[in-house]
Amino acid sequence: MVSKKRNKNAVVIEGSQAVARAVKSCDVKVIAAYPITPQTHIVQELAKMHANGEIDCEYINVEAEFSAISAVLGSTAAGVRSFTATSSQGLALMNEVLYATAGMRIPVVMVVCNRALSAPINIWNDHQDSIAERDSGWIQIYVESVQEAVDSLIQAYKISEDKKVLLPSMVCMDGFYLTHVYEPVVIPEKEEVDKFLPAFEYPYPLDPEKPLTMGPLGFPNDYARLRKQLFEATLESKGKIVKANKDFKKCFGRSYGDGLIEVYGDGKIAIVSMGSLCSTIKEYVDSSKDVCLVRIRTFRPFPGEELKKVLKDKEKVIVMEKNISLGHVGSVFMELATALYGTGIEIYDFIVGSGGIDVPLSTINYVVERVKKNKEKPGSVVFIDKVI
Amino acid sequence: MTKISKNKDLPGAIITDVGSTAKNKTGSWRTFRPVVDHSKCVGCGKCERFCPEGCIKIVEKDGKRVSVIDYNYCKGCLICMNECPLKAISKEVEHK
Amino acid sequence: MVGEKYMAPGHRTCAGCGSAIIFRHVLEALGEDVILCQATGCMEVTTTPYPETSFKVPWIHVVFENAASVASGVKRALKMKGNNHTRVVAIGGDGGMIDIGFGAVSGAIERQEDIIIIVYDNEAYSNTGLQRSGGTPFGASTTTSPAGKKIPGKQEWKKDICMIGLMHRAKYVASANPAFWQDLQAKVKKAYDMEGGPRLIHILAPCPVGWHFDSSKTIEISKLAVETGLWMLYEVEEGNLKINYKPNPFKPVEDYLLMQGRFKHLANNKEMIRKIEEHVKKRWEMMEKVEKEGINLLDLA
Repeated sequence: MVSKKRNKNAVVIEGSQAVARAVKSCDVKVIAAYPITPQTHIVQELAKMHANGEIDCEYINVEAEFSAISAVLGSTAAGVRSFTATSSQGLALMNEVLYATAGMRIPVVMVVCNRALSAPINIWNDHQDSIAERDSGWIQIYVESVQEAVDSLIQAYKISEDKKVLLPSMVCMDGFYLTHVYEPVVIPEKEEVDKFLPAFEYPYPLDPEKPLTMGPLGFPNDYARLRKQLFEATLESKGKIVKANKDFKKCFGRSYGDGLIEVYGDGKIAIVSMGSLCSTIKEYVDSSKDVCLVRIRTFRPFPGEELKKVLKDKEKVIVMEKNISLGHVGSVFMELATALYGTGIEIYDFIVGSGGIDVPLSTINYVVERVKKNKEKPGSVVFIDKVI
Repeated sequence: MTKISKNKDLPGAIITDVGSTAKNKTGSWRTFRPVVDHSKCVGCGKCERFCPEGCIKIVEKDGKRVSVIDYNYCKGCLICMNECPLKAISKEVEHK
Repeated sequence: MVGEKYMAPGHRTCAGCGSAIIFRHVLEALGEDVILCQATGCMEVTTTPYPETSFKVPWIHVVFENAASVASGVKRALKMKGNNHTRVVAIGGDGGMIDIGFGAVSGAIERQEDIIIIVYDNEAYSNTGLQRSGGTPFGASTTTSPAGKKIPGKQEWKKDICMIGLMHRAKYVASANPAFWQDLQAKVKKAYDMEGGPRLIHILAPCPVGWHFDSSKTIEISKLAVETGLWMLYEVEEGNLKINYKPNPFKPVEDYLLMQGRFKHLANNKEMIRKIEEHVKKRWEMMEKVEKEGINLLDLA
């Protein structure tokens, strides 16, 4: 349930604009912009701020998304905090550079405004775009509200730039549901953010005073060893994500579960989901007796142990997710199943919200009732392709 | 929980040992070796200019400037021989 | 030794590599206050096999097509740090800068990025086995445009990246050649000293393995490319064209072509050789006219 307490510091603002203001508060110095619905309002707002002299930064209007991510990779490698945003096709176009960014351990932070992937072409929300990049090595945080998007952006810089992490992060917010909605948001000013987020100091910047080589050729022996090093770094980042969430609470009074997952309610049937859909699920939980929500906030690194701890005593687990790994099942279900391996819990997979179709309370009720009445086989995938 | 391995790699495969390909002696590639006749060489520097490896130097030797080839890196392409205006460089089969 | 302060030997380029000669000269002309952003290609994989690197200046490689985008980001970052003196260079081959990287180069020049773009053109995707690229000239045989019984090599003409850059309003574009190393270094130094807009230099890089000639002939063939008129040495500063060298007399185009195995099938194809000669002649006529009449080429953009 969205808190009914009104914070006197909150402004009613469009989600995209809130994110843009948060970028300013994070003292970002280089912004790369390429338009794609539903992210465009973020870069437009930043352009306005830049043209009015409200933000001191370099604003690069690139000619394609792979240039956007490449430019911020270059500027971050040169030691300057940078930002870009994209969605769907743009993120897909960035694909090869995403892998390179993680492999090169450059702490880029990007906002992904989740949108369905073509074909057919569709501008509305689902999670297929960022889920498709889950293997890239990027930290992925899925936010439920605009406030969380603002707060997670600030946390993401702190996590990524940590010298023991040095991994890029994407803050995933639902397109339209969060980007284009107007709601009260508290946007911390730069002075407040400075107390939480130290100045960016990349340990190996491109600098003629200290020449070095970045992005060499890796023969098999070296590649395997370096890849394992990267793999270990992605797992170690979990601790930093939890710490950032804790420290954020100390500075700003807000936190999101333990940083990795958030539990709402204590019913015996757990719904596992991500993103803004969780707000609707929370409303459902409020009106039911036996259902709870376990929201995955950090999808990468995957919080398997944390999920196992909170789910192991549940009767049933229902995954409601906005993506499908074609030829198999939904990815959240797949990954959750590995985390719950050996527990014997019945897990159900429902694909919802594909291409932005609405997922109202009635659909959630339909899903829960079907599971309660044993109308679905556990371990099966059910693709809901209409509003129920 | 995966054990964190300790290795000497900097994150992201960053290389701070600049110029380290110098450890790789490409001279072992040669089939032919260029040989400079110092009596003909006037030290014009054309060979030094056009060597792809950058392994030819013009040095002072017995009061005159002559071309000296670093055979550690010479791959035996023979551009130096082809470009020498005085035909002061000839080729020999490399003996290993 | 040329460029030894900035680039070490021991790289895995082929014996007689034209690009290696170019790199040493370019790096010597650039000096140490530079950051190189390089595309995937011959001069990237041969020079940076982990944990070794040939480069003694700051150097970054990301992927094949984004050298110009990475360079844009690096330069903007330096600007925000208050550093206006370090030059940022986006460098790559014809594949990485004219084909797959074309969008990035185009965008960077259109945005008037304060960077230097250098293209070393060995007229094929050499690193992956000499496949045809947009830089491969008319009639050349490559592994994906082979001279066969039905089709005699590449049937399309070469992309003119200099003119393309100029039509994007590049501050300075120039064409260079390793045999004419003083001209090459003068152009790199000129580009280095300029600021406030994109500078582009396009350099012919003969490849003994790809073009099928003896490794000792790299500089000889480079020179012949210029002496036949096929590779014009020129520069355009703020739209004003200057032709740096006019062969007198022009050597026959055939001399250059038939020295290379990739053109040997043209020995029996007078028609194609004639087409190439016509093309060279026409181009020289037009360029000389532009220079003589003082036409500012930016007026065409």
